[in-house]
Amino acid sequence: MKILVCISHVPDTTSKINFTDGDTKFDTNGVQFVINPNDEFGLTRAMWFKEKQGASVAVVNVGGAETEPTLRKALAIGADNAIRVNTEAIDSFAVAKQLSKVVNDGGYDLVIAGRESIDYNGGMVPGMLAAMLDANYVTNCIGLEVDGTSAKAVREIDGGKETVSTSLPLVIGGQKGLVEESDLRIPNMRGIMMARKKPLTVLEPTDANAETKAVSFVKPAPKGAVKLVDADNIDELVNLLHNEAKVI
Amino acid sequence: MSIIVYTESEKGKLKKTALEVVSYAKAIADQMGTSVTAVAINADNTESLGNYGASKVLSIKNDTLNTFNAKSYAAALAQAVKQEEAKVVVVSSSADSKYLAPLLAVGLDAGYASNVVEAPSSVAPFTVKRSAFTNKAFANIEITTDVKVVGLSNNSFGLVETGGSASVEDFSPAIPESGVSVESVDKATDKVSIADAEIVVSGGRGLKGPENWGMIEELAEVLGAATACSKPVSDLGWRPHSEHVGQTGKPVASNLYIAIGISGAIQHLAGINSSKVKVVINTDPEAPFFKAADYGVVGDAFEVVPKLIEKLKTFKVQNA
Repeated sequence: MKILVCISHVPDTTSKINFTDGDTKFDTNGVQFVINPNDEFGLTRAMWFKEKQGASVAVVNVGGAETEPTLRKALAIGADNAIRVNTEAIDSFAVAKQLSKVVNDGGYDLVIAGRESIDYNGGMVPGMLAAMLDANYVTNCIGLEVDGTSAKAVREIDGGKETVSTSLPLVIGGQKGLVEESDLRIPNMRGIMMARKKPLTVLEPTDANAETKAVSFVKPAPKGAVKLVDADNIDELVNLLHNEAKVI
Repeated sequence: MSIIVYTESEKGKLKKTALEVVSYAKAIADQMGTSVTAVAINADNTESLGNYGASKVLSIKNDTLNTFNAKSYAAALAQAVKQEEAKVVVVSSSADSKYLAPLLAVGLDAGYASNVVEAPSSVAPFTVKRSAFTNKAFANIEITTDVKVVGLSNNSFGLVETGGSASVEDFSPAIPESGVSVESVDKATDKVSIADAEIVVSGGRGLKGPENWGMIEELAEVLGAATACSKPVSDLGWRPHSEHVGQTGKPVASNLYIAIGISGAIQHLAGINSSKVKVVINTDPEAPFFKAADYGVVGDAFEVVPKLIEKLKTFKVQNA
C-alpha cells in the first residue's frame, strides 16, 4: 500500500495571531510552526500501517521552502520520503489541485489529511481532493483499518459515531482518535539524523487557479473584563444570564 | 437564479440549523434580489420553511437516502442547483454539511467558504466574513467563481421568521453509486448533541471523578443543554471522547457555554471561543478561563452548581 500523508505547516496553538501588509497577510514574525495536529494523528496512523501491514509512507506539503523543517520533522517521525510542491498555498481549491497531481503521478492508494488545519480551519482540502480524484472519502475519521483494498472507517458525527465500509483509493480527513494522543511520537535523535538523509523532492506546481481570495483579516474586538458573581449570590448569575446576556 | 439552501433533518424532522440556514439564505436573497429554494431530503412538514424565508421547497423522498451519504447527498444537491440555475448555495456547519460541501463545490466548479459568521458584506464582488485561526481572527473572503457555496457557522445568524409560505415540489434526482456505506451508527438519541445545542455545560478535572457528573447532567437537563468535557477528562476516560471539546475535539458555537472546574488551557479556549456567552465556575481565581469568560464565579463547584440548579428550577417555574 502506498500512503500519502498531507502535512500542513501551521502556527503553534500558543502563537500570537497578527497580520501585516494592511491586514492582508498573516504575520509569521516570531511564530513557531508545527505539523498541523490533525495531520499528526494521521501520520502516526500511517506509521502503524507501515510497521504492521507493510506500506510506504510519503508526506507532502504545498508551500514555500520555509515549510521544509516541518516536512523534515515528519521524516524524523518515520515517513520514508517527502514532497514539497513549490508554490504558495493560496486557497483550499488550489492546494487540492496540486495534491491531486501528486497523487495521480505517484499512484497512492490511501491519502490521509487532517480534517482541517488549525490556521485557516477550512476543512475543505481532503474533500475537494477526493472529488478531484473520484476517490472514496471519509472525514472526521477516528478509526481506520485497511485489509487489501477494502477499508473500514469510523466517522465522528454530531452526537455519536458511525462505522462505514469503503475501499481504496481512499481519502481520509483525520483527527484525534485515528490514534490516541499518547501514541504520538516525538522524533528521537536517530530519527532526526536519518531524516536528513531521506529524500525531500521539490516539485514545480501545476496550473491551478484559486477560487477564493482573502481580502483582509480582522481580529475580534477586545473582550471586556469578566463580571464576577459572588458564590453566595447565584440569583444574580441567573438574573444576568436572563436579563443582560439574554441566553436563558 | 434563486438561492439553494440545504435543510437538514433527522428522522424526518427538520433541524433547528435548517431554519437558521434558510433565514440566512433569505438575507442573501434580499441582497441579490432573488428568492430562496430549500432542498430537503426525506423531511416532513417542509412547508414550514416558508416561515423563515423559503418560497419553494424541493422535497426529495428516496429510501436509498435514509442514511446520510456525502457523495449521494452532494449529487442530489448539485442537480437541484443546476435545475434552479442557482448562483449561491448555503449549507450549515454540521458534521454532515461540512462533509458534503467540498464535494458539492468541486462538482459545481464553485468556490466555497466555510465557517461564515455574517451575511455577505457585498454580493458583487461576493465577500463573506469567516472565522479563522481557531477563532482568534476573522478573514474577509471573496469568492470569485460564478457559483458560490457558503457554509454558515452554527448559531451565528439566528432564526428570522418572515411569516411567508413555501410551495413544495417533489424532486427526484439521480443518485450515483457512492462507494461508502454505513454499517452501524452509535448515537445517543435522547440527548442534545453539542453541535445542535444552544447551551453547553462542560466539566473539567476540577470535578475530581466521573462519579461527580450527576450534577453536570442535572444542570444540563434543567437548561436543555448538551454536556461536554475538557481534554484531560476524556483522556482519563471519565467521559467519552465524543464529549471532548477544544482544538482537537469538537468545536462549540453555542449561545451559552458554562465551564465548571475547567482551568481554560489555550487549546480548550480555542475550541469554545465562538460561543457567545461564557460562564466559568472555578475555585482558582487565577485560572486562565476567567480572562476568556463573560461571567465568573470563584467558588467550589460542589457548592455552586447545586445552588445554580436550584435557582434555575425556580427561574423556570416563574418564567414558564
